[in-house]
Amino acid sequence: MNLTVVMQQLVGGMGASLLIFVLTLLFSMPLGLAVAFGRMSKFKPLQAIIKFFIAILRGTPLMLQLLVVFFGPYYMFGLTLPRSYRFIAVIVGFAINYAAYFAEIYRSGIESIPKGQYEAAAVLGYNKQQTFFKIIFPQMVKRVLPPVTNEVITLVKDTSLAFVLTYEEMFTVAKQIAAAQTTIMPLFVAGVFYFIFNAVVAFAMERIEKKLSYYR
Amino acid sequence: MKKVLEINHCNKSFGDNEVLKDISLSVSEGQVVSIIGPSGSGKSTLLRCATLLETMDGGDLIYLGDYAAKADAEGKAVYGDKDTLQAVKKHFGLVFQNFNLFPHYSVMRNITEPPILIGKRNKDEVYAEARELLKKMGLADKEDAYPCELSGGQQQRVSIARALAMKPAILFFDEPTSALDPELTGEILKVIKDLAAEHMTMVIVTHEMSFARDVSDHIIFMDGGVIVEEGDPKELINNPKQDRTKAFLSRFQQ
Ligand SMILES: Nc1ncnc2c1ncn2[C@@H]1O[C@H](COP(=O)(O)OP(=O)(O)O)[C@@H](O)[C@H]1O
Ligand SMILES: [Mg+2]
Repeated sequence: MNLTVVMQQLVGGMGASLLIFVLTLLFSMPLGLAVAFGRMSKFKPLQAIIKFFIAILRGTPLMLQLLVVFFGPYYMFGLTLPRSYRFIAVIVGFAINYAAYFAEIYRSGIESIPKGQYEAAAVLGYNKQQTFFKIIFPQMVKRVLPPVTNEVITLVKDTSLAFVLTYEEMFTVAKQIAAAQTTIMPLFVAGVFYFIFNAVVAFAMERIEKKLSYYR
Repeated sequence: MKKVLEINHCNKSFGDNEVLKDISLSVSEGQVVSIIGPSGSGKSTLLRCATLLETMDGGDLIYLGDYAAKADAEGKAVYGDKDTLQAVKKHFGLVFQNFNLFPHYSVMRNITEPPILIGKRNKDEVYAEARELLKKMGLADKEDAYPCELSGGQQQRVSIARALAMKPAILFFDEPTSALDPELTGEILKVIKDLAAEHMTMVIVTHEMSFARDVSDHIIFMDGGVIVEEGDPKELINNPKQDRTKAFLSRFQQ
């Protein structure tokens, strides 16, 4: 079993890992903002509910959450879903879990913006939406970039957890080949792939951080 | 003289802490009013009530005849609806002690975004006016700079320009030099003096006694949430009548 063959077999899995990565970010980043708003809501019951769910999502293993999303519809409602639900379950599970983390990061970012920024905007006549999107959000983005980078890097590695739903992302494929061929080479190649993937992510995030360093 | 601002019987408490007790104040067009007083006497709270950053518990707040808040039969302040308040906001500007410039915007954008976005004004016109304002503030070469690249005095001048760009009928200053190194206070005081010479209507909270005496038409001494004494600036600063005023001023005389 040579390297090229292993690589060829792994390519499909890599694509799947990338897809999980991209879709998770695509959904969890905006969803996290909505959750952060709920968490900061003046309406106390909503605040409490969101706080509770965030605690659950951050306090239990992602692997377990994926299983709940996947098997929940059957065991709770007796629904039999098509095989394609596997992929949806992966994305929903990841997106919700990451949204919880992003929400807390956004919240701390928003709360770190000095009150004077809101007051200056208010006196100039900015309404709530204008104040948030023009003044607060851009400053928040800069402040949350380092913790968001951490999460994004964790996500690259977490995509491998999709194996619990036997969704064929790279780690699952590598494991299968390794078991069939009794060699750890596929797992090693997968490791190198995750490493490179993360290096690219770290590089991109660094570029964004540089871009935003024009002000303090 | 047209009254730009009128505050009648303003009351304001934070919990049990009565911070403003029956404060009345009126400012005519072109008038410069200074407010002095010890720290904690309620000066900032008064400006914050006037600029709608705080809500008064009782009293009237009137700009150019438009009621932002009107006392009901029991004296309780009843505020106008959102549109009324938004319209009233066009009448005033506020310069903060710590500038509160938008750090992610260039100097130019700090000054031009509010008139364009909120004032819905013509972009070219606003930019031309902003350049004029910057020139007047001695910052003509700083339009592309970011606030973090400026000294405190320069930042405060930008924040004054930002307020002026909205063409307010009245400008409030809350200790505009208190966050600055002593050698930088002069440049801000000069800018305010120039504005006074152009008959800009202003209310200035300050600890600079000689400045207050020279620049203002009317001075108010506050202590413990009440106006203890007010009147002609030279008269009040040189010959205070009340003991509390005397005690306060004596701390400023070397
Ligand atoms: N947001 C607030 N919440 C509670 N108390 C406040 C608040 N703002 C001001 N105060 C209190 O109001 C009093 C007057 O404060 P302030 O108006 O800032 O005085 P000054 O500007 O004259 O120093 C102080 O006792 C202060 O502690
Ligand atoms: Mg104050």
